[in-house]
Order: sequence, then C-alpha cells, then structure tokens
Amino acid sequence: MKRMALAFALMVAAPVLADSDLPAARWANEQLPDPRQEAQAKALMEELRCLVCQGQSIADSDAELAGDMRAMVRQRIAAGERPEQVRSWLIERYGNWVSYRPPVEPVTWPLWGAPILLLMAGAWLLRKRLVRRRR
Amino acid sequence: MNRWLRFLPLLILVAFVGAVAWRLGKPAEQEIRSQMIGQPVPAFALAPAVSGKAGLSSTELAKGQPRMINVFASWCVPCIAEAPLLSELKRKGVAIDAVAVRDKPEDVSAFLARNGDPFERIGADPESKVQLALGSSGVPESFIVDGRGVIRYQHMGPIEPEDVPTILQEWEAAK
Repeated sequence: MKRMALAFALMVAAPVLADSDLPAARWANEQLPDPRQEAQAKALMEELRCLVCQGQSIADSDAELAGDMRAMVRQRIAAGERPEQVRSWLIERYGNWVSYRPPVEPVTWPLWGAPILLLMAGAWLLRKRLVRRRR
Repeated sequence: MNRWLRFLPLLILVAFVGAVAWRLGKPAEQEIRSQMIGQPVPAFALAPAVSGKAGLSSTELAKGQPRMINVFASWCVPCIAEAPLLSELKRKGVAIDAVAVRDKPEDVSAFLARNGDPFERIGADPESKVQLALGSSGVPESFIVDGRGVIRYQHMGPIEPEDVPTILQEWEAAK
C-alpha cells in the first residue's frame, strides 16, 4: 500500500520538476467571451502542434508552453487576426512542422495523392474480384 | 506471373515492417530549429526580470555590435549546467543578454546568486511570448544576433564545453 502510494506520488510529482512556478497564462484555459472567436481559436489550437510534447496538439497538451501558445492564439484572434494569420506567424518561426495541416506543395503531393491512388488501387482489385465471382 | 503476384502483399508488409523497424531504431531529429535565422529579431520590449538590472527590448539588439540572447529559466535544470560556460563566454568577450521565461524576480535573483550572472540585461517573459516570437521551443537556448539586429545563430539545449568553439566562431562571424 505504501509502495503504491509512493509510486502514485512519484507519478504525480514528476511533471512538476520541469515546470515553472507561475500560474497558467490567463487565456490558456479560459474561453473567449465571443463564441464565434472561441470556436475559431479552438479549431486552430487542434491543428497546432505542441513544441515540447511533439505528437500532441496544443489543445490536448498540459505543457506550459502549450498553455502559453493557446493564450497567444486566443489573444490574437480576440484582437481580430484571422486563424490563418496566426498559423502562418507560427509557421514563419517553426516551419510547416508546427501545423497539423500540411500545405499543398510539390513535397507533399505524395501525401495528398496517396489516398486517391490507394482508393483507385482498391477499386481496381475489387473490380477484378467481382468480375471473377460473376463467372 | 500471377503466382508471383500473390506474394506482392507479403512483400509490401515486409517493406512496411522493415521501414517501421528502421525508424524505431534510428529516431528522427527531434529538435525543431527556429526558422528565424537570417531574419531580423521580432520587435519586443520586456520588463526587467530582476530589480537593479535593465529589461530587454529588441532595439537594444541592433546597435552595431553582436549580442547573444540566452533564453533561460530559474526552474530549468540544464540551465544550471550551462551557467559556468556562459560566464566563460562572457570572459572571452561575448556580450550576453537574457530572456527569463515564466519566472519570478526572487527566483531569478536566487538563480543568479547561486550560478553566476553573466547577463547585461534580463527581460521577463511571463507568457513565453518572446520565446515563441524567436522560434525557440525550450529552455535553455541561445541566439546570436548581429549588429544590425539579424538573428545569425541558434544553439538549442544547454551549452556544453565542446560547443564553446562553435559559438565563438559564430560570434566572430556575426561581427
């Protein structure tokens, strides 16, 4: 039991080691009063990658830097910026990596083309099957 | 020909598993470098992080001489490790300013008292705004800015003794 409690305490305590003492920024976890702006901000946050917990969006992450990024997104959108302006501001700093929505450019053509090609290949295989079965 | 074709799915599977196994054994580069190298420092003005020392604004970074900006925090353990090397760089003529991320004045003072204070100015960045504007993704990081205010070099993570020659070289190049 004591061991369990210790293990649990360690699990809870570990993330604190790399965190600051400051509370989260005001708009990190507080919704914007305007529901339309909040919806825009939320949609963008789900498509921005957390810098320290790679693989999570800033909407999902508990990291402090992700909180600060959410606050920044909300503040900029509240100030009248369009979501795409905020996204490109971040891309200017961190590259396309920071956005979960890949741009359509020659490097990413395979990415966008692969589903279409795979669907076509699947249809072709299926057609062969159906034809064979009908005989 | 058809007989061989039915091994195709297996071959694809083997290729897929092979690719995944290779990537797992040799993980991709995890560092996200700033795209701001070669760009002017974004405009900012930070309040002082400790009493008795000036804050940091971007206008201070375009005065004809290069400067190094160290992005650090008192709660960051690797920052303690690089502190003596920052002092060494200062002795070798590198002018260093700092951005203290998400920090309290008393914590920064205690950190500097314990680990040395090579900084001329320290700006407080309580919401990581300047860190994000610089394209920095963690603490510690260091940037070298030339005399015209253009970012020339980014060092990610703590400065290790073997990084000092590179940093001095980049410092000379920024002059």
